[in-house]
Amino acid sequence: MKDVILNNISKTYNKGIVQAVNAVSFHVDKGELFGLIGPDGAGKTSIFRILTTLLLPNGGTASVNGFDVVKDYKTIRKNVGYMPGRFSLYQDLSVQENLNFFASIFNTSVKENYDLIKDIYIQLEPFKDRRAGKLSGGMKQKLALCCALIHRPTILFLDEPTTGVDVVSRKEFWEMLKRLKQQGITILVSTPYMDEATLCERIALIQDGRIMSIDTPENIIGKFSESLFAVKSDNMGSLLQDLKNTGIIKSCNAFGAYHHVTFKDNNQNMNEKLIRVLEEKQHTNIELRPITPTIEDCFIKLMED
Amino acid sequence: MRTLKFLLQKEFKQIFRNKALLPLLFVVPIMQLLILPLAADYEIKNINITIVDHDHSPYSHKLISKITASGYFKLANYVIGFNEAFDDIEKDRADLILEIPQGFERNLIREDGAAGQTDGEQLYVAVNAINGVKANLGSAYLNRIIADYNADVRMEWAQMPRFNLFPTIEITSSNWFNPTMNYRFYMVPGILALLVTMIGAYMCALNIVKEKEVGTIEQINVTPIKKYQFILGKLLPFWFIGIVVFTMGLFGVGWLVYGIIPLGNLFLLYAYLGVYLIAVLGLGLLISTYTETQQQAMSIAFFFMMVFILMSGLFTPIDGMPKWAYVITQFSPVTYFIEVMRMIVLKGSEFANIKTHFLIMVVFAVVLNGWAIYNYKKTS
Repeated sequence: MKDVILNNISKTYNKGIVQAVNAVSFHVDKGELFGLIGPDGAGKTSIFRILTTLLLPNGGTASVNGFDVVKDYKTIRKNVGYMPGRFSLYQDLSVQENLNFFASIFNTSVKENYDLIKDIYIQLEPFKDRRAGKLSGGMKQKLALCCALIHRPTILFLDEPTTGVDVVSRKEFWEMLKRLKQQGITILVSTPYMDEATLCERIALIQDGRIMSIDTPENIIGKFSESLFAVKSDNMGSLLQDLKNTGIIKSCNAFGAYHHVTFKDNNQNMNEKLIRVLEEKQHTNIELRPITPTIEDCFIKLMED
Repeated sequence: MRTLKFLLQKEFKQIFRNKALLPLLFVVPIMQLLILPLAADYEIKNINITIVDHDHSPYSHKLISKITASGYFKLANYVIGFNEAFDDIEKDRADLILEIPQGFERNLIREDGAAGQTDGEQLYVAVNAINGVKANLGSAYLNRIIADYNADVRMEWAQMPRFNLFPTIEITSSNWFNPTMNYRFYMVPGILALLVTMIGAYMCALNIVKEKEVGTIEQINVTPIKKYQFILGKLLPFWFIGIVVFTMGLFGVGWLVYGIIPLGNLFLLYAYLGVYLIAVLGLGLLISTYTETQQQAMSIAFFFMMVFILMSGLFTPIDGMPKWAYVITQFSPVTYFIEVMRMIVLKGSEFANIKTHFLIMVVFAVVLNGWAIYNYKKTS
């Protein structure tokens, strides 16, 4: 059973000059936690807005819960929960008032669906009389999630829910998503953070409005065919340039404390050769070790290909 | 219905929580209504007059004291030569110069005494016409005073109760509906109409655009709230507030402070107000559908308000405008409301008198709201 289906969805802005979404097709199974991973401007929000019936696609078809996003938008709006990337609750209403308001416009009450939001709401409870605008970033996200859940949606659309939230809150947030998934809610989430990709069941890597790859995070990493190495020395700045100039390196990218490299020729003695070359260039404390690729490595590789 | 109830509840909560907006809605209009009618007064007082007296006779002094005693004129300067007087005009110390020629008294007595073949005594009046209204009214007042003075002099010299040789037509007028020609009676209903318009159009437009700007409309749009529910949820609170402010202005300020007691049927007045507010709120709604930010909405609303203020017959009579301007005034709902306000409040007009006004306002309400609703989309 597929809860969300996209078929060659396209969206252009400025009368066709900007191609935001380019023939995107993917589907999300019932009860799945699906991640849309890509940098800013990749077209994630446009896809979310099309699926939540806020934006009309220029081409292609899409359905949510089996309903067409253009024709049956009314039914879709009753059954999905949407949490936009920007905090979109009433800042001048209190936590409780926001929650009650969104419950009542969906013809339900907080009491009726309390079990669904209980885990999250408990953390908000001490601030229930505080205006939503005065909450911290993490609390705002939790409140927005509660409001998106209050009518017990079958599908939850979360557009960059963890952007601008601290590391601890982000981690908590993903824990919450896992618990919601256990309740049988299908979740489609987008994020620009590659490290969050592994927390999803399946992911789609998106760049410039095109899907580059769709699979489970493990399979995407598994498809990374070359051996990947992490290199470090005392002078990281010149190291990057020197690596590129050796002639034996295929790709080389800065990754925090290390540079990730792949060789043109995957064979053991290349390691020693590289260290020798770098030593000639006066690099000290050279460290070279094989590593397993991350989603980010895969993403960069897909982009370069 | 239930959804609408919650929307209204939310809306009122937000309005009454907005500490900057509340006084703007309820206090500022009342303050304006207290101050503006006093300032927007067509009676011009304190016209500075410089008098050049070449005669220095008891008669010229009598004329001067008559002028200054009228209350309209302030004697700015009393000089001997015209050039000095003109200097006053150039330096903006005087608005008017009255020149009394030499031999004023002598000629006046002699010629009047000679009963008849008079070509009168010549007085010269020079007006600083930079402020057209002041100049016009000033010279009109002055002419009136001099004519009065002239009549006094004639009376004095026509000692015998004899027939007036020259038949004259004397005009007496009575001012209907505003017998004391109190300017405030005319201005207060007009200004009140304008204030209610501002509250309706501005607040409604800004309120909806704010939801767009802050992004809350995004969340609302993915809910089953229907278009009409959302729009009604926005219009009703301001419709209600408009009526409250109008009532405060009409009774609190108009009646208690200015003593204006509406002559006509109050029910009729409120019925018209109800329709009028729907039209004005429709305008606000329409503006909001074409704008994305509060700044844009504010600018557009301000543009319309300027046209409304200057072209709805509040300050200048519509009938005196050029044809093209007249046509524009007919497309401003404010024109009709100001007219109806004055008709019902001052004249006690009945429904039969304002039938057309009613019909036109209903058309305004339907067109503006219909257009706005057509243009309001939940999907882009």
